Amino acid sequence: MEKYVKIENVQMVFDTKKGPFVALRDINLNIRQGEFISLIGHSGCGKSTLLNLVAGLTTPSNGTMLCAEREIAGPGPDRGVVFQNHSLLPWLTCFDNVYLAVERVFARTESKATMKKRTQAALALVGLSHAEHKHPHEISGGMKQRVGIARALSMQPKVLLMDEPFGALDALTRAHLQDELMKIAADTQSTVIMVTHDVDEAVLLSDRIVMMTNGPAATVGEILRIDLPRPRERLAMAHDQAYHEYRSEVLEFLYRRQLRPAA
Amino acid sequence: MNAANPGKEGVKEIMASVDSIATPKISRISPPTNANEPAPAAGLRFPLAARNLFKWLVPPVMGLALFISIWAMVAQGNPTLPGPLKTWDSAVQLFSDPFYRNGPNDQGIGWNILSSLERVAIGFGMAALTGIPLGFMIGRFDFLNRMTAPIISLLRPVSPLAWLPIGLLVLKAADPAAIWVIFISSIWPMIINTSVGVTRIPQDYMNVAKVLNLSEWKIFTRILFPAVLPYMITGIRLSIGVAWLVIVAAEMLTGGVGIGFWVWDEWNNLNVEHIIIAIFVVGIVGLLLEQALVLLAKKFSYE
Ligand SMILES: Nc1ncnc2c1ncn2[C@@H]1O[C@H](COP(=O)(O)OP(=O)(O)O)[C@@H](O)[C@H]1O
Ligand SMILES: [Mg+2]
Repeated sequence: MEKYVKIENVQMVFDTKKGPFVALRDINLNIRQGEFISLIGHSGCGKSTLLNLVAGLTTPSNGTMLCAEREIAGPGPDRGVVFQNHSLLPWLTCFDNVYLAVERVFARTESKATMKKRTQAALALVGLSHAEHKHPHEISGGMKQRVGIARALSMQPKVLLMDEPFGALDALTRAHLQDELMKIAADTQSTVIMVTHDVDEAVLLSDRIVMMTNGPAATVGEILRIDLPRPRERLAMAHDQAYHEYRSEVLEFLYRRQLRPAA
Repeated sequence: MNAANPGKEGVKEIMASVDSIATPKISRISPPTNANEPAPAAGLRFPLAARNLFKWLVPPVMGLALFISIWAMVAQGNPTLPGPLKTWDSAVQLFSDPFYRNGPNDQGIGWNILSSLERVAIGFGMAALTGIPLGFMIGRFDFLNRMTAPIISLLRPVSPLAWLPIGLLVLKAADPAAIWVIFISSIWPMIINTSVGVTRIPQDYMNVAKVLNLSEWKIFTRILFPAVLPYMITGIRLSIGVAWLVIVAAEMLTGGVGIGFWVWDEWNNLNVEHIIIAIFVVGIVGLLLEQALVLLAKKFSYE
């Protein structure tokens, strides 16, 4: 489907103590089914705001937003969200954290045993079968983030929304999870919207990079299509001429055209 | 996540009226380690254990010894105050038969303690049954928060015993009046801590509830309740402390069987040893109640 997620003339205004604050204006974006999109931009430009709008956690002040030709009116299991800080419930085991999501979506149609299998499959997908009975405080940051991804994937969402999912991780763990995410996205044919501030991550993972202008009243500045063949190999990319050109293009946008005024 | 957080304003109101909200941080006794030293070889284990013993046992024992010697010295200069030895003898005698019954006004110390505990249990239990659900609702619904804030800030600082005449008047009996005093003075920490716990639930957890589209019941059992539990237990701990503090005073005024009444009775008999014993008994029971709840709290902390 060519316009699976459709964002039209979306504007987001926050009511603040100092009066209305226009965070986003004139956002227009169409996303194909199965496409991997990165949102990149300077801190505070409104990437999370846009993602939350698609998630349905907030509603736009103006404009229309559709997902699979239906208006986005609140959160729904068709859109899985991976939060920046994993947001696992500390009193539940990894299994139960994922099961909570599975149960929500499949309890009507499936038996407990099937849902259990689903949960285990989701954890296996992110390589965490061995940790299913552990609590979040017993596992590393990278593992928590993977449980968060498993939780989102277990609902079999049509769209996966991720807000700087690897931002808090060390470089090695991040690289590892990026590779896993590429595999998972290819295997499950998911449509992904990922917020990032990491240029390499954006180029490596995305089909298109949506570059946002600085706020306030931020909007889509430029969209860069990444025509690198898949599957992409991290090491091969290091020597790939095209890869470096894409990379410089994003850097150019961020640091020449949208250079953040000294804060 | 930046989703709006309604109710924050209301929290501030309640918080402004509450000067001491105990946060449910439980100070853990961390296993004593010595960072400067490499892991002890097997042969060195014993000295390490001995040092730990020194660290954890010797200071408290020294403190108690100091307390008892000051007591002994004061008692020596003041013949009306019995010293530690005399009190100990009296205690041994008293506790050799804690459960005798010679009529309604002369019962063993065990019965007195149990009667007081029973009153505390009933008054505190009723306070918990009303205070905790009320705290949840106040925390969840901003309107209720604003509605109850003035009542709570007005009534909370009232001295517990000021409620006794009202209790006597309405309930027309001493025993229910004592329980009423326990109820009304121990309900506040539970209301306040529970409601603050609800409003302090990280927005992240509520966002999880939203994106998973959880039902109200699932939100309550999987998110609200577990997240608030540590705050709730802190409230319960403070409440039990207050209840036990108040029972002695209430019983002194209402009479009957109970540790407070017993103190008053022994004062009338001028049996000072027994009064001192009662002070220790009240202290030790209070300590045990507190410790039991600290243990409970530890069980439910998720760190
Ligand atoms: N709930 C809110 N109320 C008021 N202003 C907000 C709210 N959420 C975000 N903003 C503002 O909108 C802008 C964009 O925020 P955000 O989307 O978090 O940026 P990013 O994720 O790109 O770093 C910021 O200036 C931020 O202060
Ligand atoms: Mg953000």
